[in-house]
Amino acid sequence: MDVRSQMSMVFHLDKCLGCHTCTVACKNIWTDRKGAEYMWFNNVETKPGTGYPTKWENQDIYKGGWERSNSGDISLKGAGKMKGLLNIFHNPNLPVIDDYYEPFTYKYLDLTESAQMDIQPTARPVSLITGKPIDIKMGPNWDDDLSGTPEHARKDPNLHNLSATEQEAMFQLEQIAFYYLPRICNHCLNPACVASCPSGAIYKRGEDGVVLIDQNVCRAWRMCVTACPYKKTYYNWSTGKSEKCLLCFPRIESGLAPACMHSCVGRIRYLGVLLYDADKIQSAASASDNSLVDNHLDIYLDPFDPAVIQAAKDNGVADSTIKAAQESPVYKFVKEWKIALPLHAEFRTLPNLFYVPPMLPVMATISENSKDLSTLNSKARAWDDKWLYDTSIDEIFGSIDNMRMPLKYMANLFSNGDEPMMADKLKKLMAVRIYRRHVTVGDISEAKCKAALKDCGLDLASAEAIYQMTSLAKFDERFVIPAAHREQSIEMLESTADVKGSTGFGFLDKPARGI
Amino acid sequence: MDVILFGAFPYVALVIFLVGTIFRYKTGFKYSSLSSQLLEGKKLYSASVPFHLGILVVFLAHLVGFLFPSFYTSFGGMSLVYLEVAGLIFGFLALVGLVFLFIRRITNDRVQMVTNKMDLAIEILLIAQFAIGLLVAIELKWGSGWYASNMAPYLWSLFAGSPDVVAMAAMPFLLKLHVVLAFAIIFLIPFSRLVHFLVVPLHYITRPFQVVRWNWDRKTIRDPKTSFDDIQRPKNN
Ligand code: SF4
Ligand code: SF4
Repeated sequence: MDVRSQMSMVFHLDKCLGCHTCTVACKNIWTDRKGAEYMWFNNVETKPGTGYPTKWENQDIYKGGWERSNSGDISLKGAGKMKGLLNIFHNPNLPVIDDYYEPFTYKYLDLTESAQMDIQPTARPVSLITGKPIDIKMGPNWDDDLSGTPEHARKDPNLHNLSATEQEAMFQLEQIAFYYLPRICNHCLNPACVASCPSGAIYKRGEDGVVLIDQNVCRAWRMCVTACPYKKTYYNWSTGKSEKCLLCFPRIESGLAPACMHSCVGRIRYLGVLLYDADKIQSAASASDNSLVDNHLDIYLDPFDPAVIQAAKDNGVADSTIKAAQESPVYKFVKEWKIALPLHAEFRTLPNLFYVPPMLPVMATISENSKDLSTLNSKARAWDDKWLYDTSIDEIFGSIDNMRMPLKYMANLFSNGDEPMMADKLKKLMAVRIYRRHVTVGDISEAKCKAALKDCGLDLASAEAIYQMTSLAKFDERFVIPAAHREQSIEMLESTADVKGSTGFGFLDKPARGI
Repeated sequence: MDVILFGAFPYVALVIFLVGTIFRYKTGFKYSSLSSQLLEGKKLYSASVPFHLGILVVFLAHLVGFLFPSFYTSFGGMSLVYLEVAGLIFGFLALVGLVFLFIRRITNDRVQMVTNKMDLAIEILLIAQFAIGLLVAIELKWGSGWYASNMAPYLWSLFAGSPDVVAMAAMPFLLKLHVVLAFAIIFLIPFSRLVHFLVVPLHYITRPFQVVRWNWDRKTIRDPKTSFDDIQRPKNN
């Protein structure tokens, strides 16, 4: 057992407002620079939709992630030792800037500086690459809130195995229901970006598992851009170096939450330590398709188990880190309550960002297609205009099975196509709602509430805990960040005044483009 | 003149190359192949691949001729024809690729934004060098043989510290130009993006896929027996 600690995250999708505050916070800190304008370390996508870069989930196009051979070995799909070195002069699987979008701004000065004319001046869009006027065809979030649905939502790669009727049903629904999927780098346990880098510039930090690109070693071979199936490494066309989300490690090291998480308006984000067994990475990443998610979640260890604690200590994991792991909200969501799942486990990078699936689309049953109107409660029936949702919770579990946002679609995203696993998570979330309805409204009997909880393996105490963590958790409960202990070591070794400004983040040289 | 060009300039070029590349390597951040594929991908394919393939083979062929001259002098008859034709093909590949690269660089708006004077200078020099090289190969036939028998000794004499300027002075003009340009390019390597050929990531082949970096040795740092004096500075400081 090789116990290590990993900074990991949970995003609770039911709570995401799609406000993009996270995106803007990140942009302002990290990618508001020349060459990085098009990069969004954090972005929020509308689902169904094609996302950013367009159709990133379709690995037939982008060739990201790992693939498993019949013999059970895994190899990088579009990069790797042979493929990577042979394609080093021209990488056939590299997205070009148009797959993201051409970054642009507007000539605002024209509004105030133009000479007096009969017509109003306009601020024309200009490319941030060439400085020339362009026609904007695409932006980083063009399909927000299902805008341009025929172009975007219908091309969602996750629809590939849905029948025509199932898709049609979804598109009727899409007029009223969708959800948001905020994405950052997953700081994977089996990162494809690291494995694909010929220079060895990308690495996982041993202490906290943050995946970083060493800017001094990156030589622009750009294999990581291909290899990351989430398309979360970006090539800076100006400096000639690749960049990626750094989980705001300078903030984490000083005990602050990453900027996206700190600013999250919906409070959907949780950050904490997971202890994991590094010896199991290889076997978990090459597990068969149907046991992939289980094997992945199996890597994470129980931080209360004395054997785990001892092994962690032997391995140099600090006591404060072990304590943080015990208080980790991520551990609770992922391992204790088991209501959070990784996004696209089939990419086999073992991501450390988990999502609590959204309930909103689940509850929906459109009356037009429900044959038996008697399942609607009297209020719903009175308001029935053929497009009304069934919000009566009597048949709530029934509605999970024949919900309109197909279970198959949700399973394609979060459980590697395993519908029962997905249904299991949704049932739990639903049971917690039933429990809260019982407590606050009181129109559901305790017996029924207990039965619903028992049915999915929860009890009153855990339902209350889930509710507390979901709805009421304060900053310190959502972000449990252990001390990085770097400051102590500096103090132990040398006069801190001497090294002022030399720790933490920052270039030692000015990051100017090479000649 | 010949003394300056073939007696002194090669040394200047080599010293600048050595010192310059080491210095450049140490600066780290500016060391990159500066790929522009993100801005333009399609044309790059038909330009970059033939160029790199061509220059790789031609460069290695020159290197082999320099290190093991006897290898080339052993060719004769049809095998010599094959060798020459192979050389010409790869030379042409590189030249065509270079010309495409140059056209792409000056015509594509986006690529122009990441083009500096040195990029253009290097491309023009390389185009000239390949054109002259091909001319030499075609005009002065069986170049592989006499490169090994005549040029290699001159290069060896350079490294031995007593350049054989007289032998060089007797060479045809085209060839002299080829040699001077070669050292000019070597001279410019540390000042251009050409440095990236020195960091071809062959170590990737033997490296394990995953890379983990620890700021400290995780076991000694927490061991109570470790004294403060034993602890190294964190590696990233
Ligand atoms: S999400 Fe992509 S960039 Fe981030 S660690 Fe995983 S493979 Fe690397
Ligand atoms: S800030 Fe939070 S709520 Fe707003 S879009 Fe980002 S993740 Fe969603």
